[in-house]
Parts: sequence; C-alpha cells; structure tokens
Amino acid sequence: MKKFALVLTVLALCVSFAFAQGAAEAAPAAQGKVFNIYCWNNEFQVRFEKYFQEAGLVPEGVTVNWVVTPNQGMNYQDKLDEALLSQDSKPADEKVDMFLVEADYALKYVDSPYTLAVVNDIGLTEADIAGQYKYTKDIMTDSTGVLRGVSWQACPGAFIYRRSIAKAVLGSDDPAVVGAALDSWDKFDAVAAEAKAKGYFMLSGFDDDFRVFSDNMEGSWVDANDKIVIDPSIEKWIDQTKTYTDKGYNNKANLWSTESFAGAAIGGKVFGYFGPSWFQDFCLAPATLADANAPAAVGNGSYGDWGLVMGPQGFSWGGTWICGAKGSDNIELVKAVMEKLTCDSATLKAIAQDFGDFTNNEKAMEELANSDLSNAFLGGQNHIAILLDSAKSISRDNISAYDQGMTEKIQAAFADYFNGIVTKDQAYANFYTSIIEKYPNLSK
Amino acid sequence: MKQGNLIRRKSVSYAKWGYFFIAPFFVIYIVFQLIPLISTFYNSFFETYRVGLKQIGPNFVGLENYKTVLTGGNLPKYTANTFILWIMGFIPQMLFAVILSLIFTSSRLNLKGKQFFKTVMYMPNLIMASAFSMLFFALFSDGGPVNNMMLQFGWIDEPIRYFAYTGTTRGLIATMNTMMWFGNTTILLMAGIMGIDSSLFEASRIDGASTWQIFWKVTIPLIAPIMAYVLVTSLIGGIQMFDVPQILTNAEGRPDRTSTTLIMYLNNHLFSKNYGLGGAVSVFIFFITLIPSIIVYKFTMRGYGKKGGRR
Amino acid sequence: MNSNANLRKIRKTVGPTGDSIKLNLMRALVYVFLVLIAVFCLFPFVILIINSTRLHSELLSKFYLVPGSHFFQNLKNVLTDTNIPLLNGLRNSVFIAALTAILTTYFSAMTAFGIFMYDFKLRNFAFSFIMFILMVPTQVSALGFLRLVDKMHMMNTYWPLILPSIAAPSVFFYMKQYMDSVVPKEMVEAARVDGSNEFMTFNRIVLPVIKPALAVQGIFSFVSSWNNYFIPVLVINSKNKKTIPILIAELRSADYMKFDLAKIYIMIFVAIIPLIVVYLFLSRFILENLTLGSVKG
Repeated sequence: MKKFALVLTVLALCVSFAFAQGAAEAAPAAQGKVFNIYCWNNEFQVRFEKYFQEAGLVPEGVTVNWVVTPNQGMNYQDKLDEALLSQDSKPADEKVDMFLVEADYALKYVDSPYTLAVVNDIGLTEADIAGQYKYTKDIMTDSTGVLRGVSWQACPGAFIYRRSIAKAVLGSDDPAVVGAALDSWDKFDAVAAEAKAKGYFMLSGFDDDFRVFSDNMEGSWVDANDKIVIDPSIEKWIDQTKTYTDKGYNNKANLWSTESFAGAAIGGKVFGYFGPSWFQDFCLAPATLADANAPAAVGNGSYGDWGLVMGPQGFSWGGTWICGAKGSDNIELVKAVMEKLTCDSATLKAIAQDFGDFTNNEKAMEELANSDLSNAFLGGQNHIAILLDSAKSISRDNISAYDQGMTEKIQAAFADYFNGIVTKDQAYANFYTSIIEKYPNLSK
Repeated sequence: MKQGNLIRRKSVSYAKWGYFFIAPFFVIYIVFQLIPLISTFYNSFFETYRVGLKQIGPNFVGLENYKTVLTGGNLPKYTANTFILWIMGFIPQMLFAVILSLIFTSSRLNLKGKQFFKTVMYMPNLIMASAFSMLFFALFSDGGPVNNMMLQFGWIDEPIRYFAYTGTTRGLIATMNTMMWFGNTTILLMAGIMGIDSSLFEASRIDGASTWQIFWKVTIPLIAPIMAYVLVTSLIGGIQMFDVPQILTNAEGRPDRTSTTLIMYLNNHLFSKNYGLGGAVSVFIFFITLIPSIIVYKFTMRGYGKKGGRR
Repeated sequence: MNSNANLRKIRKTVGPTGDSIKLNLMRALVYVFLVLIAVFCLFPFVILIINSTRLHSELLSKFYLVPGSHFFQNLKNVLTDTNIPLLNGLRNSVFIAALTAILTTYFSAMTAFGIFMYDFKLRNFAFSFIMFILMVPTQVSALGFLRLVDKMHMMNTYWPLILPSIAAPSVFFYMKQYMDSVVPKEMVEAARVDGSNEFMTFNRIVLPVIKPALAVQGIFSFVSSWNNYFIPVLVINSKNKKTIPILIAELRSADYMKFDLAKIYIMIFVAIIPLIVVYLFLSRFILENLTLGSVKG
C-alpha cells in the first residue's frame, strides 16, 4: 500500500509539474519583462542577436520571446492577426511588442490601427531615418502620410549566374561579358537556347523570373473597385515561361523546392537565379555548399563559382520591415531596436559586410560601393556597387495588400498550364477560384 | 416491447445509473462540440469575413452563402475528388486487411513470425500523417530518392514528375492512405475473428464445409459488425481527408484542383476567416457525410440490429 | 489448441499427402506475400533511417541504399538549435497523448457501459444521438471551437487538446460493440447481489473484462493525439508548449528557404520512437488478451 501511495505521489507531482510550468508561463510578471517578437523565419533573429543582443542592448531582466510562424500559405499573417486582434484582452507580457512584415502584405498592416507610428508613437526622429532609401519608407507610409515601419535592408534584385556554366556557354565568366549578353529579354532567350544546346538550363523552374515581371507591372493587382487585374507584364511571364518549359530551357522546378536549389549545387546544371541579396545570402549560398557543417568558403561545393549582373530588367523583391505593435509595454526597446538596426550606419555597414545584405542606408551603401568590398560567394565581386543604381530607382507604387496571395496562387494555378495539364483559360479560372476563396471581397 | 418491460422491471432501481455513466460524455460534448457546431451553422446565414484586419459584417444574408457555394460550381467536383480518393485507398485497404486477418488467424497455416509481421504492418500508422506526407513528398519529388533510384538503375531516362499529373498524385494519396490504415483494419478484423467461438469453425469443417464456404457463411456474417464499424469510420475518415493531400500538394490541391478535398475547400474559407461561406460549406459537408453514413449503417446493421435488440 | 490438434488429426486421416503438399505450397505463397507487404511497409522507415544519417547536400545529389555516418552530427544540429525545443516537444506530446488516451478509453467505456447496461428513459435517444454525431467531421465545428476556447481563456493551454477527448463517439461505438459481444449482463447482476456499487462494479469487474478493447483504443487514440496537428497548431502559441507535429511543420517551412532535409529526417525519426515503444509494449498486451477477451464468443 505504501508503495502504491508513493507511486501515486510521484505521478501527481509529475502532472502538477507539467501544469505548473504552464501556469508559471501564463502568470503576469512585472511590466515589460517579456519582449514578444512575431516573425516567420530566423533571418532577422540572427541579425538581432548578433548586433543588438550580443552588444548588451537588451535590458537586464527582459526576456526576448520569438514567436516564429511559417510564412507559407499565409500562416504567419493569420497568427499575427489573431494576436493583434486580441491584443487588448491579453496580459502585458503576452502582448505583441514588435512584429515583422514583408512587402507582399505590408500594406495590410500599414493602414491598420494596430501598428504604431514610427515617429509619433515610438519616438524616432525624422533625422534618424533620413538616410534610409525613400522607397522603403514610401511602402510603409499610410494614407495620411504617417510612417509605420522601418527596414534594415533594401532589396534591389539582379541575376546571379554560375561562372563555370557561363564560361561553357558564352566562353567567358567575366561579369562585363555576361552582363552584355543578358541585357535584354531577347538576348536572354538566345542565351537560353545556347545553354539548352549545351545541356544546361537557363532557369531552374517556372517561378524564377516571376518577380522580375511582377515588380515591373504597370498597375496594381487590384483596382479601385476591388477587381482583379491581370497585368500585361504577368501575361508576358506566362507566355515566356510556357515557351521556356516547352523548349526545355528550364528544369521545371517549383520555387523553394529542393530540386530548384539542387540546380545550384556542385553538379547542378542551372545557369542562374534572379534574386536580391537576401536571396543570395539566405537561400542560394547555403544550397551551394557540399558540406553545410564546414565553413562557407570557396572550394566548399559551388561556393564562389557565382557572379552578379543586372540582367534584362531591373527589379526588387521582398524586404522585411520592423513594426511596433499598439499596446506594447516595451516601446522604449522597440525604439532602441529600430535605431540600432535600421538607423545606425555602422551597424548597417557591418550587416552588409558580414551577411552580404544590401542595407538601408544610402550613404553607407555608397561608401561600400566605392570600397574594396569583396564578396567571396560572388567570386570577389562588390555586389553593392552593382546594385547601387538599381536601389535608387526602385519604386513600389503598384504594391497592394494582396500581393502574397496573388503570387502564390498564380504560380500554383499556372504550374498546371506549364505542365500541359490544363488550358490557359482553365488555369485562369483556377486562379480566380482560389484567389477569391482567399480574398472574398475581390471579384473577377 | 415485452422484452423491454421485462428488463425495466428487473433493473428499475438501477436505470438512473445510466445517466451517471453517460453524463461526462454529454457535458464535454455539448461544451466543446455542440455549441461550436451550432455557432458554425448559425454563421452560415451571415456575411462575415475579414479584409486585412477589418471585419466585414456580420450581416444577415439568408441563404445567399448557400447559393454562392452551389452556383460557384465547384462543390460537386470536390465531393467527387474526396470520394474517388477515399475509394482508391479503401478498396485495397479492406482487401489486404481481410486477407491478412484470415492468414493471421488461420490455425491451419500456423505461421511463424506472425508477431513480427503484425508489428511491421501497423508501423506506417504510427508516423504522423503530416510527417508521412512530407516523407512521401521528398521520396517522390522530381529529384527525390525514388526517381534517383530508377535513374540509377536505368529504368527511366527522365524523372517521373509524380506531382504534375492527376493520376499519379491521386495514386500517391491513395497509396499513403492504404498504407496507413490497412494494419489498423487488420487488427480490428482479427479481434473480430478471434472473438468467434472456434467450435463454430470446427463444427462447420466437420460438416464438410470448404474453407471458402466457411469464410462466406461463418466468418463474414460474424465479423459484420466490426466490418460495419471499419466501413463507417473509414468513410467518415475519408470525408474528413485533409492532412495527406494538403501537405502532399502544398495546400493547393493540384493539379487542376483534382486533389482538393471537401475539408481542404472548407479550410480555404476558414483561412480567409470567411465564417459565412465556411459555415455553408460545413453544413454541406455535414449532409454529404450524413447520407452515405445512414445508408451504409442501415444496410450493414440489418443483421446486427436483431442481435443488438435482444438485450 | 487441443481442438485444433484434433482437427488436424481428423483432416490428416481424411487426405494425408495431397493436403499437406497443398498446405505447404500455400504457406510458402503466404510467406512471400507477407514478406512483400513487410518490405512495402518498412520502406519508408528504411529511407528515413538512411536519410537521417546523411548530410543535406548528400541527400540532394543521389539515392542511398546504405546509411552514412552523420547521424549524430545531424542529431546534434537539431538538439543545439534553440529554435526547435525538441526534447520539450517530446515531453509535451507524451503528456498530452497519454492523458488523452487514458481519458478517451476510460470515459468512452463508461458511456458505453451506461448505454449497454441500463434501460433509462433517454437511452435510445442518447445512443442514436451519439451515432448521429459520430458522422460529423470535427473540422466542421473547428471554427466555433476556436472562438469558444478563446472566450474561455484556454488559448495556449493543454485543456482544449485534452478535455474534448472525453467525448469520442467512435471510441464509444467500438466499446459498445465490444461489450455487446463480450460482457455478460449476469456478471453485473451477480455483483449487485454481492452488494457492489454500480460504479465500483464498472471499475473492478467490467473494465478488466474489456481490457483488450481498452488497449486497442488506447493505442489508437494515443497515436491520433500524438499525430494531431490541425487543432494544436491553432491553439498553442508559446515555443515551449509546442508539440512534435508543430515543430516538424515549422522546421520544414519556417526556414523553408534554407531548410535542412537531414534535420527533418532526424526530427521524424525522433518523433516516432516513443510511438514505437508504446506500440510494442501495448501490442503484446493486446495479442495476449485477445484470446482471453473472447469470454463469451
């Protein structure tokens, strides 16, 4: 009987332990002790930890709590919305303090009462943010002219090509030669045909150059009457991709798929990828390594066998903005993070040098463009110098709050068309069906 | 009726205990399922969704949502998808389960290593559907192990693009469902067969019945209740099919929405917080489930009902 | 067993040689069939094990039939990743799944017993009602469920994941079927004569008799709770409360731009070990009791 009682006690202890832990977490502690950051991957986290946390800027006694929700399928927006909508009823330590948004849906949070004004609510001064690229501020400015978020990066994109394949196809891997051979879509198509003849793929899949076209749209995805508009630029993407697929110029991979990145590995056959510097640093470079645990350096896989040229059309892609959430009990800390990571030119320079980012400070970028900065992944090229002009000319006037949904759905619907499963009309029909499921207020 | 009276008289002082035993079930059910269910149905009469962070509605719209769902034209397609996917998985599942349960319970065959085989067969059911779909997705992707293997062995010259075509995508979904559930069904059927008094088999064998006859005349009728259970639960599970196609097709139900199941369709509306349309779709799914369930239940429970009524 | 031996003797005297050759042939065929099925079932596991020992870059380039040497390296990568509290997740999943399995089987048996044993006024209604709701897909009410959970301030707690398992129509149905064929009512009546309280009778006399059913449904509900993703991902927010399926899904897509396939294989590998342990433990128990359970037949 005694033994039984003992077992029971232990069991009860175990159970109460498990619940007590939960209770302890939920119990409200003193004000502002938990700094809740909502985001979708660890790109910002790595930078936050390296330049903010490790610099000792997080006050003692404050815990940084990362709430990471995957972006795909709009899961992140969903989670964030729930959190923001119930912000008022939550204890202080469970409230969202800071959250990140992407260009594709930034507008949704710009015109929302849940996002703090950068100047009036958070307390950054106009002088603090003067050095930032104008377009990064335009996107985050609401209809009344109030700035709602700031970014540490600017996202001009370019064409990242494989040097060894360029040599095989064009006879040279010199960025000047490659750049000249690819400076219009007609030339691009011609090189694609040559690459195909030599057993290579110009692009990895259907969606590789989607952003080039979608960023050069004449108008927005949705007009003033909530009607969906298919831009001529998108139609161009559809026709070009269909041709490329039928002729075998691409490897039929879906963006973000293993196959797509496998094309960049040492034995890969893909000529190049379109992307901004975050794509190169965060997505492409890791995929080129033969041994992920060894240092990223020349000789590890195809690392270093890459070059950067402007390509047929300038474009920008993505970007991550930092926003303060209404109801936060850590506004001072939000301000400190914004100051350090988006306004401090020394930090922004360091990020550009350490991570290969293109960061959000015009002066710092100009300085770096004229420096001897050498990007090992790009075979020693100074990526900032190449992207500098493009960054100044970025305009995102055509951005809409629906861009993420539009991008995901049109890529998915038209993959069937490219694969030859459905007609173009059916692909459009499927696109409309799924987009209206997602955004019930829109119409065809 | 007479029998009922007899029982009532006998257990009159105990009848109330019934309420005690079923109370927890009903309390929990009403709180966590019934109230949410009713609110879902209620919502189906309203226009209520979110645009960004702005709530639209709720505005009472009567049957407008039902009209939209019906005239949108895609509901029959998703219903058909769901049933096709279910049947493609269920037939082999049942076939394997019946054969295997007979093999395992056969005293004539007297197999060695039964424990091993049974253990192995149930194992696919242990992997979570989401993880299993990810595994399958990785295995059958264009550059995945299956294609690599076939290329290495020289069986094919170019990778087979499984997820680009309707047949292969549906085939993979059905294969996964079969793999995950045939072990489970086998165990259930075995429990049924082993519950049969072995003297029944002996008697019929001595009477000169063939193995085939015994199977049809003795085994099948006696395990009918368990088979009905398997059929009903599998059908309901089939209508609720979600994880596998959702993850395998990356939530798109591709190609051409031919692997979009009813619940995936519902999920699309839930995700856009369209509680009105979502509610209407829920009500449809509810009735779609109800009709075949009642038919299957009535049909297969006929023989069983007599036995049950004797209590 | 005795009767089987007798039967075999009888059959032998009827047709000795032809029959045994046929039987052996049959046996061989059955073995081939079983081996094929086993290979088919083990295939994903073998791939899983092999791939969890390979590096991400190796996985991208070709298909391997033998394990590599990076298992511990991969495991270390997962365990040291502070974004994936794997051990925490395992503990949470075990806790939730175990409690769910216990509650589901116990309360379903209780409900089934109430309907099976007592002829109360609402009995037929209760039975039809449960049979009716058995058919309602859970996702249909998911939307209202979440709103309710939020209103009851149960978001980010385990209650909404555990408590609803008390009302599990399909488990109830199985228990009821099982009781119909296995539990003699005389047994309960005999206990009454001995002065046993009804609740005690259920716990002490009925539960032991339906052990096989409890074991079968116990393992099924453990597995389904362990694998549940749909509701937990909507309810649980804090990192340390997340369950294994959430972590796997996150690992796949949170870093989907640079995800490490090897890590995913390791996670799945670690996630299924507890299930296999529980299963091996319970499956023996099930098989042992299957024969004992068929008291009535």
